[in-house]
Amino acid sequence: MSYIPHTEADLQRMLRDIGVGSVEELLRDVPPDVRVKEPLDLPHPLSEQGLLSLLRQISSENSTAGDYATFLGAGAYNHYIPSPVRHIVGRSEFYTSYTPYQPEISQGILQSIFEYQTLICQLTAMDVANASLYDGASAVAEAVIMAGRITGRKRVVLSSAIHPEYRQTVRTYLRGGDKEIVEVFYCTEKGTTLADAVERVCGDEPACLVVQSPNFFGCIEDLASLAEVIHSRGGLFVVVVSEPLSLAILKPPGECGADIAVGEGQSFGNPLNFGGPYLGFMATRSEFVRQMPGRLVGRTTDRDGKTRYCLTLATREQHIRRDRATSNICTNEGLCALTAVVYLACLGRRGLRKLARINLSKAEYLKERLISTDILEPGFTSPTFNEFTMKVKKVTPERLLSVLLDKGIIGGLALRRFYPELKDHILVSVTEMNSREDMERYATGVLQAV
Amino acid sequence: MAFDDPFSDKPLIFELSREGRQGVEPSRCDVPERDPEASIPGEFLRSDIEGSPEVSEPEIIRHYTRLSRLNYGVDTGFYPLGSCTMKYNPKVNEDIASFEGFLLLHPYQPEELCQGALRLMYELECYLAEVSGMDSVTLQPSAGAQGEFCGLLTIDAYFRDRGKPRKKVIVPDTAHGTNPASTSLAGFRAVTVRTGKEGVLTLDTLKEVMDNDTAALMLTNPNTLGLFERHIKEISDYVHQMGGFVYCDGANLNALMGIAKLGEMGVDIVQFNLHKTFSTPHGGGGPGSGPVGVKKILEPYLPVPRIRKKDDRYTLDYNQPRSIGKLRAFYGNFSVMVKAYSYIRRMGPEGLKKASTVAIVNANYIKERLKSTYHLPFDRACMHECVFSDRFQSQYGVTTMDIAKRLIDYGFHPPTIYFPLIVHGAMMIEPTETESPEEIDRFIEAMKEIDREARESPDVVKNAPTRGIKRIDEAGAVRRPVLRWQGSGGGG
Repeated sequence: MSYIPHTEADLQRMLRDIGVGSVEELLRDVPPDVRVKEPLDLPHPLSEQGLLSLLRQISSENSTAGDYATFLGAGAYNHYIPSPVRHIVGRSEFYTSYTPYQPEISQGILQSIFEYQTLICQLTAMDVANASLYDGASAVAEAVIMAGRITGRKRVVLSSAIHPEYRQTVRTYLRGGDKEIVEVFYCTEKGTTLADAVERVCGDEPACLVVQSPNFFGCIEDLASLAEVIHSRGGLFVVVVSEPLSLAILKPPGECGADIAVGEGQSFGNPLNFGGPYLGFMATRSEFVRQMPGRLVGRTTDRDGKTRYCLTLATREQHIRRDRATSNICTNEGLCALTAVVYLACLGRRGLRKLARINLSKAEYLKERLISTDILEPGFTSPTFNEFTMKVKKVTPERLLSVLLDKGIIGGLALRRFYPELKDHILVSVTEMNSREDMERYATGVLQAV
Repeated sequence: MAFDDPFSDKPLIFELSREGRQGVEPSRCDVPERDPEASIPGEFLRSDIEGSPEVSEPEIIRHYTRLSRLNYGVDTGFYPLGSCTMKYNPKVNEDIASFEGFLLLHPYQPEELCQGALRLMYELECYLAEVSGMDSVTLQPSAGAQGEFCGLLTIDAYFRDRGKPRKKVIVPDTAHGTNPASTSLAGFRAVTVRTGKEGVLTLDTLKEVMDNDTAALMLTNPNTLGLFERHIKEISDYVHQMGGFVYCDGANLNALMGIAKLGEMGVDIVQFNLHKTFSTPHGGGGPGSGPVGVKKILEPYLPVPRIRKKDDRYTLDYNQPRSIGKLRAFYGNFSVMVKAYSYIRRMGPEGLKKASTVAIVNANYIKERLKSTYHLPFDRACMHECVFSDRFQSQYGVTTMDIAKRLIDYGFHPPTIYFPLIVHGAMMIEPTETESPEEIDRFIEAMKEIDREARESPDVVKNAPTRGIKRIDEAGAVRRPVLRWQGSGGGG
């Protein structure tokens, strides 16, 4: 077995030094009735070559963005990943290390995470960011729990235009608590969350209002006006971002009154990977740092006075505080955070803003091309970034998407599955990966669907 | 000009920034470029990203390559971090996870376009069920702690379903911190049960805290002392008799593959740590993956979607009215699953058994060879890890922390220290099966040498590490938290 160095002679020598005649003697604490009698019922072992050919076969049973022109987004975005990202993240000094408990031999990951925390703060315009959470959905759940801890209040107000799976995750995370969740329905004309609708449902003592922007429909929310409403009731404003590239050109949560900004960092260099691993990020105001979940990296010095980094403020965490910790999270998404750092460094300030403008330009282009078919029209009136909702006329969305699929185009997501009232609507995402030619094919395909 | 010091403090990427530099530029826009102001109101737009760096590609590569050299990984050397199972991460698994057929797969693609991924997940569920003796497995949890949370929520859902919610979960004093933290998050009250003087849980102490309001006993087997909970059968029989469930934290499953099945011990729920037992890399703190296996009675409560197989076609089933819902978006950390699947297929049944067997031999070998040098609080045959303390060395003023830091000078990653909490000055050593006998011998020699130093020249140990980066002031980071770079002026 190539991953296990020991020969039979090695094992015999070690057993002799231990002072036993066989492995069985080491297992005397394991009662016979729980021992495995038969070999495990698993497929026989493969050689490395055999393994590669089997897994190549399995992977070829998938069709991907490599085979189809895809316009799917909805919380997972197909962006170009610069080559240096893979090379740095593939360095095994990084990827084969554990959580950096021993800072003297973990400065590489610690300094990278310190840089990551800084980048998230810059993008969100918040004071402090943690070292990562699992994904966008669980980050929202953690933010809601944190808001409850800070305010001591129970009512959680969620915009119904937040990613449906994020909302479902919040509900699951709150099953064990005493929180009360109310949803504020999106405006059917604008596709956004309206301040007066929030006022109607938030009650006198809301813990927080949670709003996603751009929201699940791709619509950009008027965050500042929503912040005003929730702050006037003494609740916290939680802003969710599922397409972080939007932060390059849209006003950041910190400048719109956000108390906690959370979201999904997948777009920053992490491949689609069928939904994971992705990167939950969280940033907040300085005053709330001790209520934050997750790891934090801080700056310090070593005995020679040199600048160093280490995990810090750990008394919030499970390994110290146990049942009174701010969260149960331990392993997070460290390598995905490193990925984001290298990605952001590669694009740089200008590159990121330029890329965001390209995404916007292409999305607007496709939107107009689709409108010109007279088979699709905008689902909502609000401005959008690189994703938008269209209403399908003259044909069902399912039929439209299936005709497109036959032409090698994954045209988007039918919204009926999450919003029964939007049974005629589809969600379309456009990134720098979608060529003009693909978009022309899309528009032509739409015409052929009727 | 000073000579090069690889261990010098490194500038931050922000400090390398020079106006106008660029790493990798976006490709040309092939549609008419549009001003954001043309479609988005000005009040929704930002004018710049303050502080965001501008660095060229060669500088980026050199910066992170230099940083990587300050990082110690399994590929660098022996990493005996107890309960973390830092085994070798096979390279072929990384190659496989980077196949485009996996990497470029969107989670909302039509099912017929992701049959390979669903097949892999379905089969991995079956393999994990077989290894553990469970009936059903979900792959959704992102890491071990989320798996614990998931398992506890299914228990809560079960009791609520029957209109008889229970509020207590019993957790041994040797448990990982995530266990009581997950317990609280799931809405239960964590009640601690003492470990017996032989280092394992006994039925009598359990009976002191167990009652009809107890939803579950949450234990780790083997426990964090590396000892097999040998009363497990009578304990789980009793818990079941009281109407409760037995949850096993699977962090230490690397001791049991092909040797014993948790399902046969009366365990009802277990979480797997694919980033421990099943060889996927830890990534400097993640991503992990924490699938959960349950007995049939809890299956209806598992998160959605479930993966179904019918006539060689795989589908996602969201229609589970009693499910606890979702723990995250989509289906879990898929690429981690790909690596774990590849590991199991490469190892086969005998390979997995050999992994656990050799892990146990390596741990017992270290325990036997060091037990006259370091205090061994529980002297019996261990499983895949063993726990020493600093009792002998502390009389010379040398602590577990000092010993850990001195190991760095000898080229080893320190063990898990000061855990489990019931052993004062604990050093928890888990060698795993992938360390050769020669490497294990070198580690043992280093530990003996450090003991000699502790007696003869304790300052050398107390000042460690003496090579490379010197000891870091962790308390200083707490006293004055600096959690981000704030410009070249203030620095903090």
